[in-house]
Amino acid sequence: MNLKSLYKFAISMLVPLFLFGLWWYMAIQIKNPVILPEVGEVFRLLFNPMTNLISMGSLVSNIIVSLVRVIVGYCLAVLIAIPMGILMGYYSLVYNLLNNFVGLFRPIPPLAWVPLVLAWFGVSSLATLIGLEQGQWYIYLNNVKLSMIFIIFIGAFFPILTSSIYGVHSVNKTLIDSALVLGAEGGEIFRKILLPAAAPSIVNGMRTGLGVAWMCLVAAEMLPGSLSGVGYLITHAYTIARTDIVIAGMISIGLVGALLDYLFRLVEDKKFGWQRLAR
Amino acid sequence: MNKDIIKVKNIDKTFVTEKGQSIHALQGVSLEIRNNDFVCLVGPSGCGKSTLLRIIAGLERASAGTVVFQGQPVTKPDKRLGMVFQEYSLLPWRTVADNVALGLEFAKKPIRERRKVSKRFLDLVGLADFATSYPYELSGGMRQRVAIARALANDPDVLLMDEPFGALDAHTRILLQRELLRIWEANRKTIVFVTHSVDEAIYLADRIMVMSKGPGKIRDIININMARPRNRANPLYGQLSARILDMLEEEVQGDLPLLEQKVSNIV
Repeated sequence: MNLKSLYKFAISMLVPLFLFGLWWYMAIQIKNPVILPEVGEVFRLLFNPMTNLISMGSLVSNIIVSLVRVIVGYCLAVLIAIPMGILMGYYSLVYNLLNNFVGLFRPIPPLAWVPLVLAWFGVSSLATLIGLEQGQWYIYLNNVKLSMIFIIFIGAFFPILTSSIYGVHSVNKTLIDSALVLGAEGGEIFRKILLPAAAPSIVNGMRTGLGVAWMCLVAAEMLPGSLSGVGYLITHAYTIARTDIVIAGMISIGLVGALLDYLFRLVEDKKFGWQRLAR
Repeated sequence: MNKDIIKVKNIDKTFVTEKGQSIHALQGVSLEIRNNDFVCLVGPSGCGKSTLLRIIAGLERASAGTVVFQGQPVTKPDKRLGMVFQEYSLLPWRTVADNVALGLEFAKKPIRERRKVSKRFLDLVGLADFATSYPYELSGGMRQRVAIARALANDPDVLLMDEPFGALDAHTRILLQRELLRIWEANRKTIVFVTHSVDEAIYLADRIMVMSKGPGKIRDIININMARPRNRANPLYGQLSARILDMLEEEVQGDLPLLEQKVSNIV
């Protein structure tokens, strides 16, 4: 590590260090672990992520359950939002057909869907969906409730949709024209021109969408029928006044979210360098 | 082989703008382009010369009239009618070589042939060393050479060029004009070249079609009987230039009183 990057690293650590210092000082002053547990307490939990907490399983196992839920809902959103966005971006007929509908539903916060979602799906899960009623797989799949998937889906759907529409809309018309005069057929225009040209914007929307999906997690895991997941761990720890677990859970959510975001950024930098340099 | 490769018959084009205004862009345009001909379309801006080219390319539909290419009416883009655009036509996420091979890819040619052909045409435009570069790493002039190589790699019968050097600086532009003539002499494609530069048209063309505007039509067709490479210092060059510029000036005369009025308002 050279001096300049060391310096950059030092600068970026100043604010977190200050906050930890403040937390450490305040916790000692307050002397009440329910209001603010000590830094050491929380970090002891974070550094031993495999230990069983309040008989709910370890931090890691809960994070994995949450991740599976987010990934299922998120993948569903990706699979529907991207094709829909591309069609809306390219065909003005589809755009006019769906735009008002999208505009009306987009401002609704995912949480506002909860009552309706419960009425629709209740406590049915992926296991119910495929008709599984026992066995090892039942335990896994029953953890992924349809209502949670729906809330996460809603959260991820709109950022991906709007950025796909925008991405296709802003593809330079000359690129399409030049492919047409070179003999491209309809499908090739989509695969070889529209999709790659819109990809940076679509992936950017996917990154935002994943962030929002992850944020909807706690809300989704507070729904009835939930017995695991970081979100549930946090709410359950709250009811028994274990603020240290609440904070450890929050930090884990933050870390995992940041890690996912970082992975997306790596892909963006590697694959879409051309976009930054192309003008 | 001097038969007409393209016949434009009585083309009319009316646009409706987003504000609902209808604009009469072309009226009764008829022309013939002979095989191996180098034709330049010049005219004042807004005379519809680019629109006419796009209609010939099949990228736009005429409101009335037909374009006949090798005996068949043109209704959609055809890879025998290649086109070079003014700028931003290369795919920024593909290397130069992959851009040149784009048409062959659409034609489902095997990769080895694509590589071979794209190398040959990059050699032709003098960019063999940049095969693995990306368009953003090239200058504007180099990008237009790549665009020309890409159009030629598809082996079209006609090359339609829509102000291909319009965005380049004067020096690069002259270099590329010379280069285009060299390529044309090697390949002998039919070229239809749209430009607003009278100098460029005289330097390049066998025939210049002068268009008038409001709505656009062919005003005059001028044969250029000068040996290439043409010398800009030749008195004939200057005379032709003056003659065409006079025509264009008459075309914008109608606009002048308005312009003067605007100027006097400002002053």
